[in-house]
Parts: sequence; structure tokens; C-alpha cells
Amino acid sequence: MSVVLDNLDLYLLGMRDTVVLTVVSFALAFLVGVVVAGFRVSPVPPLRAVGAFYVNTARNTPLILLLFLFYFGFPKVGLNFAPFTWAVMVLTIYTATFVAETVRAGINSVSQGQGEAARALGLSFPQMLGLVVLPQAIRTVIQPLGSIFIALIRNSALVTVISVSNLSKTADQIATDTAIFVPVYLGVAVAYLLLTLPSGLAVGYLERRLAIKR
Amino acid sequence: MTAPVLADALGPRGRRQARILSVVSVVVIGAVLVVAILRLSAKGQFDADLWKPFTIWEGQKFLLLGLWNSVQAAAVAMTLSVVVGAVLALARLARTRLIRLPAAIYVELFRALPLYLLIFYCAFGLPQSGIDITLFQALVLGLTLYNSAILGEIFRAGIRSLDRGQSEAAYAVGMGYWQAMLLVVVPQALRRMIPAIISQLVTLFKDSSLGIIIAYEEFLRRSEITGVFFQNPLQAFLVAALVYIAICYTLSRLVRRLEVRQRRRYKADAIQVTGVEDLAVVGALAAADMPTPGEAG
Repeated sequence: MSVVLDNLDLYLLGMRDTVVLTVVSFALAFLVGVVVAGFRVSPVPPLRAVGAFYVNTARNTPLILLLFLFYFGFPKVGLNFAPFTWAVMVLTIYTATFVAETVRAGINSVSQGQGEAARALGLSFPQMLGLVVLPQAIRTVIQPLGSIFIALIRNSALVTVISVSNLSKTADQIATDTAIFVPVYLGVAVAYLLLTLPSGLAVGYLERRLAIKR
Repeated sequence: MTAPVLADALGPRGRRQARILSVVSVVVIGAVLVVAILRLSAKGQFDADLWKPFTIWEGQKFLLLGLWNSVQAAAVAMTLSVVVGAVLALARLARTRLIRLPAAIYVELFRALPLYLLIFYCAFGLPQSGIDITLFQALVLGLTLYNSAILGEIFRAGIRSLDRGQSEAAYAVGMGYWQAMLLVVVPQALRRMIPAIISQLVTLFKDSSLGIIIAYEEFLRRSEITGVFFQNPLQAFLVAALVYIAICYTLSRLVRRLEVRQRRRYKADAIQVTGVEDLAVVGALAAADMPTPGEAG
């Protein structure tokens, strides 16, 4: 166990990197996801098609394949970014699909009366979506969005394969440096639990505060 | 493709706006595609020799064998996960805490850990502790640990979703707890869970690509090898993506059809895990009485 305590600073750095990665990616994914959900329910057919295409392709591709495709494939067409940027980009693209589907379910759950009232007041479709429907829809799906956030914490481990610093990469490094596996990985497991369990609690708290009381 | 948010059809102004937006978006999409294609050809990515490995039989065979390895890993892991998951679900529904607690710990633990770490540790950590394990076994073990936890939750949700009247009736005829469970509840719950199980199989198949981390020769790993050997990573990974999309999308469509049929035939909602990665979604969406992702459109 001493190997964990000796490298505690590395563990903490890794946790910090994972948190930064997760939070930034989730924020972007949320924005993109809401927009894509808007596309999917839009009365404009090309936008619906784009949304459906995006969701159906990105959702059915393994995250690690997306990482490889972007990091190793796209430089061949001249796109060059830092590994961290690629990581955020790919995590955002992948997570946004789940956000979009969840928000779309939320939109479908808002009663028709809301849409009718908005039309009666003369609101346009974007106005109706943004001012009336989405605020209600998102408050309904806070729990699933929280699950997506926690899943993102787990998925962020994969960016190790494109050499982006995060908790898993730290663990791999310590394990290969010291050739001690079991305590190192136990420590990493604990570290991830320290990230996911409080997140779960926070999501529960958020849901209680924000959920629409019917 | 749904537009239920639109309570009424658009009026003339709305229709005009929609038409303008349609044209604009088609133009924008077209422009993006044109730029992409020009960029690709400018960098020589359409060259025949970059695409050649996928047109000759040797290359196709190499990748297809990798795909077969992926399927094998997913199939074995799924079978084991179903068995372990069933045990876990029954354990979590047991009456004594002595059985419930370890099962709950198992589920919460393996749902919280990255699959990447699990597989990596199985492949490289276990041998250090003296356990000999092949790459295939390590991949399957890692996948099973995670998916059994998920399936356990699916099974538990399925069993609990059954009308309580069924178990009450079973007790009324004199059955004990386990008799009622195994003879009455589980068989009925099983039918409802099939779409969710197949959906999880799709996710499992995608996760089998993590074999690349431990250099197990599954489909993604072989695509990577192809990319490195022929210096065509973009083509290799694009082809791999197309294959995964084709397989997973087809299976997802099947799942959706099964769900629709189930709703019609049994007038019971299937347990849905489509579209999101975590089981908490199922409970949340079901509790809010919402249509879950994967429905019409």
C-alpha cells in the first residue's frame, strides 16, 4: 500500500486531470447535445436528417475507435491539434449523442399543451423550444444526464491511448515504473470511486432541487 | 423522426421560415461535404493504394478474422454475464442482507470502474499475482465483470417490473419465495427483458474493441495493424467505423422492433436501456413515465 501513499501527489494530479477533462467535455457535450436534440425535433427536414445521421453514427461507434480515428487519421488531412484538444473533441462528440437522445426523450415528455400555448402566444419554433419546452425538458432528465456524466468519468480513462494525462494514465505509469500492480490499481479504483460516488450524490441533490413538482 | 412539440402545423410565416432554413442548411451541408472531399483528395487520401488493402482478399480475410475474434469475445462474455447477472439479480432481491450486501457491492463497484482499467488489470495485473491468463480470457473476464453488473441491474428491474399480483397469487397457492420467483416471476420477466439484453449485447460488442489495449487480435486491433502497415490509418479506421456502425445500427433497429412488438403483444413496456449507457436512466425515465430513447425515430 505504501506505493500508493508515496505517489499520492501523482494520484491527485491524475484525478485533477480527469476532472478537468470530464467537466470540459460534459459542458461542451451538453451544448452540442441540446442543439442536436433541437435539430431532431425541428420542422426543417434537413436538420432532422443531420441530427439523426449524427446520432446514429456516433452512437454506434466505439469511443476508442473514434479516438484512434481522430488522433491518427485526421492529421493525414492536415488537421493538427494537441492531444488534449483531440481528447476533448472526441469525448464531446461521443457524449453529445447520449445527451441528445436523453434531451429528446425529455422534450417528448413535455405535454402538448405547452407547445400549443406557446403557439397561441405567437412564439416561433426556436422561441418555443428555448423558452418553454427545453427548460422543462431538461429539468425532467437531470438524473439520466447525471448518469451520462458518470459514464463520462469512466470513459475519460480511454484517452490514455492518445497519451493524454488522466487518472488511468497515472496508474499505468506508476504500475510500469514500480512493477507493482495490485495496490496501484486498487488505489486507482478507489480514486475513481471517489469521483463517481460524490457525483452520484450531487446529481441526486440537483434532481431534488430542480425536478418539476407535478 | 418526431415533431410532437409542434402542437399545430406551422402557419404561413413558419412554413416560409422552415423552407428558407431547409435550403440554407442543405447548402451549408453541401459546402461542408465539398470542402471535405476536396481536402481529402488534395492530401491524396483517395489514392488507390491507400484503399487497396480492403479490396484484396488477403486484407479482407485478415480483418474478417479479427471481426470473428471480436464476435467470439462478445458472445462468450455475454453468456457468462447473463449467468452471473442472473445470480446477482436474485441475490440482490434475497431476503437476507448477508446475500444482498455482497451483490450490491459487486454491482456498484464494477459499474463505477472504467472498463479500460478492468481489462488492463486482468491482462497484466493478474499474471503478476500468479494467475496465468490468455489475452482472450483477460478481455472476456474484464467484459464479464462489468456487463454482469449491468445485466444484474437489468434483470432486477425486469423482475421488479412484474405485476405484484403474480407473486401474490403464487404465494396464495402455497409456493415459497424461491418457488414463486423461479417458476412464476422470472419466466415472465425474462420476456420483457429481451430487448434490453440485446441492447446490452450491442454495447458489449462495441466494448470488445477494447481488446486493442491489450493487443488482443480483435477487429479494431487488426484495423490498427492494417493502418500502421499500409500507412493508411484514416482509411483503416473509417472502414472499421463503417463496419461497427453497420452491425450495431442493424441490431439496434432489431431491438426497437422487438420493443414495439412487445408493447403491442403483451401490452407491457419492455425494459429499455437503449441509447444511454447507464441503468439509472431506465429507472428515471420509467419513473417519469416518459418514452425512452429508441422510440419512433
